[in-house]
Amino acid sequence: MAEPAEGQGIPTPDGATQIIDTDYEIGQDNLEGKLGPLGFDIHNPVFMVSALSVMAFVFYALALPEQAGALFGWLRPWLTSTFDWFFMSAANIFVLFCLFLIVSPWGKVRLGGKEATPDFTYIGWFAMLFAAGMGIGLMFFGVLEPVYHMAVDSPLGTPSPFDANGNLIPENVARAKEMGLAATIYHWGLHPWAIYAVVALALALFSYNKGLPLTMRSAFYPLFGERIWGWTGHVIDILAVFATLFGLATSLGFGAQQANAGLSHVFGVPNSITVQVILITVITGVALFSVLRGLDGGVKLLSEINMGIASLLLLFVLIAGPTLAIATDFGKGLVAYVKDVIPLSNPIGRTDDAYRDGWTAFYWAWWISWSPFVGMFIARVSRGRTVREFITCVLVIPSLVCVLWMAVFGGVAIDQVLSNPATSAVKAQVIDNYNPPLSLFAMLEGLPLSSITSVIAIVLVIVFFVTSSDSGSLVIDTITAGGKVDAPVPQRVFWATFEGAVAIVLLVGGGLSALQAMVISTGLPFTLVLLVMCWAIIKGLRSEPR
Amino acid sequence: MFKEIMIPVDLRHTSRLAKTTTIAADMARKYGARMTYVGVTGPEPSEIAHTPEEYREKLAQFAASESAMHGVEGRAHAILANDPSIDLDRKLTEAATEIGADLVIMATHVPNVSDYIWASHGGHLANHSKISVFLIRD
Repeated sequence: MAEPAEGQGIPTPDGATQIIDTDYEIGQDNLEGKLGPLGFDIHNPVFMVSALSVMAFVFYALALPEQAGALFGWLRPWLTSTFDWFFMSAANIFVLFCLFLIVSPWGKVRLGGKEATPDFTYIGWFAMLFAAGMGIGLMFFGVLEPVYHMAVDSPLGTPSPFDANGNLIPENVARAKEMGLAATIYHWGLHPWAIYAVVALALALFSYNKGLPLTMRSAFYPLFGERIWGWTGHVIDILAVFATLFGLATSLGFGAQQANAGLSHVFGVPNSITVQVILITVITGVALFSVLRGLDGGVKLLSEINMGIASLLLLFVLIAGPTLAIATDFGKGLVAYVKDVIPLSNPIGRTDDAYRDGWTAFYWAWWISWSPFVGMFIARVSRGRTVREFITCVLVIPSLVCVLWMAVFGGVAIDQVLSNPATSAVKAQVIDNYNPPLSLFAMLEGLPLSSITSVIAIVLVIVFFVTSSDSGSLVIDTITAGGKVDAPVPQRVFWATFEGAVAIVLLVGGGLSALQAMVISTGLPFTLVLLVMCWAIIKGLRSEPR
Repeated sequence: MFKEIMIPVDLRHTSRLAKTTTIAADMARKYGARMTYVGVTGPEPSEIAHTPEEYREKLAQFAASESAMHGVEGRAHAILANDPSIDLDRKLTEAATEIGADLVIMATHVPNVSDYIWASHGGHLANHSKISVFLIRD
């Protein structure tokens, strides 16, 4: 006779779900064994092919830097200018699809079964999906983008408030200010989060409700059936590992450059490769520590700390800056976004190439290539939420936080530029010279206590990178272990270290930009993947008990 | 001497558990103790079960068949962990307190060099728990 013990343990039955009936057993293709004293449990061939092809590409970028540079230097603008309509239309479809799911009766379906309870609290959940989803970008682009769109690249043909000689044109100011914020919010609002939500929902649904392993290929079951366990599925998973690893490695590289720029700005630390290599080593070391502490003790804790520090910085800028003007900007930015989101997302018949191809299409490709990583991570922490709750929290709340962030950081920066163009450090770093890593520090310089806030900003940049690196290692480890979340811990250590090593090699040898172009080019096939996912989600939801 | 024996089990390796469960059943008979088989699973599908609920059923089945085989009744206690490979040690320590175990009998591997960095789960439990721990080397 066996009866479950009282109290803790698995709390409640998870209720009815529609498990997909397949003969595939999770881990059946895995190689299990020991390498010296360390155990391993990896998917064959996804692990080996991913690891080896990453090494091959790094080798190519290092051995033939000029050829690789030329190829990828051509590839990126070609992709964004040729396929801008495709990226933009797809992103619009994802937003509409998510909004539809919120109001549809399928919104009631609960991830993990009718009676499943959420594994994480709202705060912990939200902190993690936000830190993984964009954290670092808000630091890098919060000042840069609003100012740039206001004054330089004229979204929708909105005239700049400055003439060719840098003099203010008063009648252009109001509209340019509005457009600067709206055009930025457009890139950080509903569209990116809809992209993440589609991937995350597909993975969560096919894993928690259908019983398939937590890897990218599972969402393709409705399309390919049993074939996803063969090479069709291997290719999808390998592509996902590839995009995640290179995305992380390039981000680590660029993040180190930004942190270095900040350190040299504040402390006069030399801006050199050596410092950046040290930074990557430190960031990877902290990430390793966090990886070893697991999801609750590592990733979640760091994400919450980060959210706390980020909120304090936001509050400080809000209070130290022109508070009333920012509050007005927040309102105006939101209204302008609502008003301009349709013309901004219109993919055809526009002439603002610098904005549309240079920024929008680039962002969309970038978000899409990051979506396997962020989507999988969001899926991992979302069990127990209903579809409606899930989409609302992944789509609407982060969008509002981004509006607030951009209104505060961008609003203060725009105010500094317009009220005192001659002496504004932001104007010097963004409009007169294009120096993105310094834009945030330039804005902080115009506020009191800038030496303290700049240090906080550097810490935030670094910790955001740690959270990206450790959640990325969790994701890559799960995919390369065939969807197993309980593979031996040394495997996570391997991937976290590997990421750091790839970043260092590329930083020293050159080729980070080439690899970034490579990551973006994975955005094109993944856009198709995501469109198929929308269809698979509908198929999956239709068979669920509501 | 002992009233409640906890036997942590890994359902992936049930074939390697025979020695441990036999010893545990002998001890339970000798001291008139109750047995609880404890297993930890993550929320994601694994090779054992598609859902936590299914895992709990399988653990209950395992407990039932062991009970029948050894003639000593054993309960099943399934635990859900967000990150099983990291949380396992802590969850087992908590479970021991929760079910009021005064003895843990557990299968473990022969220590090797990697134990300097990652102690075995049994080793961790012996180090961090107040109750008696009996490790069976396989």
